[in-house]
Amino acid sequence: MKKNWKELDIALIVKKGGTAQDFKTGDWRSSKPLWDQEKCKQCLICWLFCPDSSIEVKDGKMTGIDYEHCKGCGICAKECPFKAISMEEEKK
Amino acid sequence: MSNIVAKTGNEAMAEAMRQINPDVVAAYPITPATEIVQIFSSFVSDGKVDTVFVPTESEHSAISACIGAAASGARVMTGTSSQGLALMHEILFIASGLRLPMVICEVNRALSAPINIHCDHSDTMASRDAGWIQIFSEDPQEAYDQTILAMKLSEDIFFPAMVTTDGFIISHAMSRLEMYSDKEVQDFLGEHKTPYNILDTEKPMTVGSIVLQDFYMEIRTQMAAEMFKAKAKIQDAYAEFNKKMNRNYNVIEKYFMDDAEYVIVALGSTAGSARYLCEKLRENNEKVGVVKPRVFRPFFAPELVEILENAKGVAVLDRSDMMSSTGGHLFNELKSAFYGNAKQPPMKNYIYGLGGRDINMSDIEKVLHDIKEFSVSKVKDSDVKYITVRE
Repeated sequence: MKKNWKELDIALIVKKGGTAQDFKTGDWRSSKPLWDQEKCKQCLICWLFCPDSSIEVKDGKMTGIDYEHCKGCGICAKECPFKAISMEEEKK
Repeated sequence: MSNIVAKTGNEAMAEAMRQINPDVVAAYPITPATEIVQIFSSFVSDGKVDTVFVPTESEHSAISACIGAAASGARVMTGTSSQGLALMHEILFIASGLRLPMVICEVNRALSAPINIHCDHSDTMASRDAGWIQIFSEDPQEAYDQTILAMKLSEDIFFPAMVTTDGFIISHAMSRLEMYSDKEVQDFLGEHKTPYNILDTEKPMTVGSIVLQDFYMEIRTQMAAEMFKAKAKIQDAYAEFNKKMNRNYNVIEKYFMDDAEYVIVALGSTAGSARYLCEKLRENNEKVGVVKPRVFRPFFAPELVEILENAKGVAVLDRSDMMSSTGGHLFNELKSAFYGNAKQPPMKNYIYGLGGRDINMSDIEKVLHDIKEFSVSKVKDSDVKYITVRE
């Protein structure tokens, strides 16, 4: 349940750091990157270029795409030397 | 021990600022308010205050710097007028939306065009919906007292406040001023209160983040509710000020209102002229009275209705025009305040004194004659009249 108007902090200040992650911006996306694991050589160029830190990496390897924050800019698909990422139109 | 001196409105406000001793003053000069911050900057140079003085390149920057300082836990003040307040307009809403206490010493002056440096209330009235407390003063004494009062009030309710004088009429006119000692002012203010402090490294926070459809409605509703509650706190603040500083101020001042039949409602310096006239007319047993609202925002609507509802005629003097075909600001507020009230006294608006045009005793006396005629006349073709104008 979201807070009602009586429960909110004054001026709606945010009382902790690192809260941008809680702001789900992925629904702004009009096209979606699709990751082909078989073509991926784990060079991490996509991770380097992604302006929204939406390439998920664990132990030095790409593990997926954070669709809650990816805005579908397509830079990863454009930069991937192995064409392991392709863009697909969002169907909503 | 009070100290009796002769000061202009601007000097009185500068002295109030000195005694408040704010942490930060950011300001840009503008006639007729320049002197306030100019005199204050001398206090800074002479080491009479502990203030960081920030001379900015515009009023937009001045009020922005005030917001940054207030959000950092500082006690903050500035001064401005007319186009300067208009240039602050965008930022005024941010100061109130962030619920930051601060005080603007605002000198009422006409807005361009045509350019004019003299008094009317169009600048302050144009800021009426910005979520600021707005207080009008009749003379340097009230300007001094209410500046001190507003600083404490603003920190009690977490809304910014502007205390106004009338350009040149008060700002540059010298009169008797009874000053408190610096200690009395500091004791009244007490410890500085702030809603939050962005420099608190133990508690990192974000102030002014984007708030869209899911929470904006809620936070603005909360702000409106807090402004509603502020009305009682403003009355308490005046009561506390009276008690500690030995004054007799009310949120709405009433003169001869026990039996007044015809009443003038006016803000600022003109209320003093109207009161003087009524004192004279009372010598001839004319049942006339004056109501002077000190606080325009928030608007004390039911309180004013209660004071005015038994009058035979109410003449509302406005030193500003809404350019809406419906008259001035005070008139529109009062008229809507009376909607649905059982008693509806005849009410007429008199727009006067724009751009510093003088209003004298005979002008106000004509208003009283006119409101008497208006009240008894069957045909009321217009309830807005422009006076002190060549016809």
